[in-house]
Amino acid sequence: MSGKNKLGRVLADNAVVILFILLSVIAIPFSGFSVQNILQEMFTRLGRNSFLVLALLLPIYAGMGLNFGMTLGAMAGQIGLIMAIDWGIAGWRGLVFAALVGTPLSILLGWICGAVMNRAKGREMVTGYILAFFMNGVYMFLVLFTMGAVIPVRSATILLTRGYGIRNTLNLDLVRASLDKLLMLRIGPFFIPVATYLVIAVLCVFIVWFKKTKLGQDMRAVGHDLVVADSAGIPVERTRIIAVVISTVLACYGQIIFLQNMGNMATYNAHDQTGFFAVAAILVGGASVKKASLLNAFLGIFLLHLMFYVSPRAGQNLFGSAMIGEYFRQFVGYGVIALSLVLYAWKTRRDAVFAREVLKNNGSSGHSDAAKEGAAK
Amino acid sequence: MLKVKEFIRDFGWPRLIIFFFLVFMFIAAPFVGVRLDASFSDVLNRFGMNAIMVLAMVPMVQSGCGLNFGLPLGIISGLLGATISIQLGVTGFGGFLIAVFIALFFASILGWLYGLLLNKVKGEEMTIAMYVGFASVMFMSIMWLVLPYNSPNMVWGYAGKGLRTTITVEGYWLRVLNNFLAIKFGEFFVIPTGLLLFVALCVLIVYVFMRTKTGTAMTAVGSNPDFARASGVSVDRMRAISVMLSTMLGAVGIIVYEQSFGFIQLYTGPLYMAFPAVAAILIGGASVNKASMLNVLVGTFLFQGLLTMTPSVINSLLQNDMSEVIRIVVSNGMILYALTRKTKVSK
Repeated sequence: MSGKNKLGRVLADNAVVILFILLSVIAIPFSGFSVQNILQEMFTRLGRNSFLVLALLLPIYAGMGLNFGMTLGAMAGQIGLIMAIDWGIAGWRGLVFAALVGTPLSILLGWICGAVMNRAKGREMVTGYILAFFMNGVYMFLVLFTMGAVIPVRSATILLTRGYGIRNTLNLDLVRASLDKLLMLRIGPFFIPVATYLVIAVLCVFIVWFKKTKLGQDMRAVGHDLVVADSAGIPVERTRIIAVVISTVLACYGQIIFLQNMGNMATYNAHDQTGFFAVAAILVGGASVKKASLLNAFLGIFLLHLMFYVSPRAGQNLFGSAMIGEYFRQFVGYGVIALSLVLYAWKTRRDAVFAREVLKNNGSSGHSDAAKEGAAK
Repeated sequence: MLKVKEFIRDFGWPRLIIFFFLVFMFIAAPFVGVRLDASFSDVLNRFGMNAIMVLAMVPMVQSGCGLNFGLPLGIISGLLGATISIQLGVTGFGGFLIAVFIALFFASILGWLYGLLLNKVKGEEMTIAMYVGFASVMFMSIMWLVLPYNSPNMVWGYAGKGLRTTITVEGYWLRVLNNFLAIKFGEFFVIPTGLLLFVALCVLIVYVFMRTKTGTAMTAVGSNPDFARASGVSVDRMRAISVMLSTMLGAVGIIVYEQSFGFIQLYTGPLYMAFPAVAAILIGGASVNKASMLNVLVGTFLFQGLLTMTPSVINSLLQNDMSEVIRIVVSNGMILYALTRKTKVSK
């Protein structure tokens, strides 16, 4: 009996992962892609997206949920890239330059984001989401109205014909795939962008190391319980801001890596979906609002992008309409975020009720306050 | 002086700035060659179009479910009602009513289920609502392609199936409310009497409802769930009812919007429709957990006024299309302000 219960719990805890594996297994044959084709695409996409998804980890440790505000970092990265293209800095140097421009910007934006979230404790996620929308307006103002008018832009080719404002699509030929091609390894039929993978590996090492530092430990304490952390003398608000700042800076680098792989940039839309894809990926990998690991990130990227890659084709072959597949993958993306949030909220409540029962059975009335606090969380 | 200060703090700087900005634009309009009467008529019309969707925020805010980012669910029900009514081919006022009734039917079912879902996730409603809304819009996008509609006015001409992205309601129930008893002053100024009456009716219904036993219980649940439970109110039931009511209002709201706008927008059209409604009610003075009819009316008027006036005035003033940026910054800035504000009444 208890074994069956355990199995049920494992299934419930990994419902999203299992659902995704099932969907992919069904969709792959219908897509008609060869295994080799799919694997190559996955190698590329792992390189393209991992950095962005890993940027989500620290705020989760700090108990701030999924950082939808990472879009701010993506915007900073894009401004960096615009500058690099404008100055005509080619190859990997262009990427480094973009990162150098993006870093102070994203530190500033991250600090703003953290401060705003500190004022909205308990609803960081929705606040971050709206903040990203808000900053999108500011970004549009900067790039569409001041670049070329107030902020000097040297090359007229990236400007709109009216003389100011950056073109809707920016050609990134100067830096296209410059990180990927730095060390492209050929193994059998596959091309593997080793340099990109190395950068991602360095980030992974950084995250593992960071978790062990004093600051990292503080962050986890804050994530575990704000009140306890505060009374233990941890500067709660400051720690939370640092988590978001690091996340935003990482998102900035992540977006630069993402865009150098894509090779061109939709100036006003490239960042729209950044948060959505990254959050969907880490949730598909089995992470929750409070708990996430490196494994969740990589598994999630693989599963989500497998799905995203095969479903338009599968839709085309199954229903004779590519649009159905296209809508389907967006439905799955949004649906999976909703589902994981629901499952998590539901699980927290179930555990809270359970904890309350345990305390109730223990008797003493002094405990009921603690139970209430557990329930409120 | 102290009183003024308190009023400003209660009302909030952002709202005052928006208010004065709007006043400034009305004053500036004649100087840059924008006709005041035409703009004012436009504002009235857009106020009527959007007011009911803003009204849809009230029940959920009052019952403590937060801002209804899940409005797309109601909108989808409205779209179902509208398309089915056109499929049936009923024209005129009857067509509009049929659309509303079908929409209410779907909205009550979807809203109830949605309410049960939100009961399971207390405290995380807003984020989840947003994604439930998005997911349902995408799901319906698939449905619009596969559902067996065949009215030649709605499906793609060459394939004979799959609904078009925008469907005109012309020849069915275009402007049935707007033109009802409409009063015309001169060439440019029209009061859409029927539309405003319908909005007034909806506001009245919600106003009366919030004062019935159920409505009071709902507000109690929102202000203090523990106290409400102690006085024998079923918290979950009240919340579910409020969500259902919000969804139904959203469904009616989109049909009213469409009859004036002239088109039904399908597929990804409803994706972001919740945000203007949320921004409007917040501009009107609502907070995350308190909203009144006055907030709805004032907020819709201010926000729609802003949306109408900025493009015409700013564009002729600065010779560029800055209005889009202003719209984004104002509406999201307002939501952000409400989310980060430590309200005196919270808890």
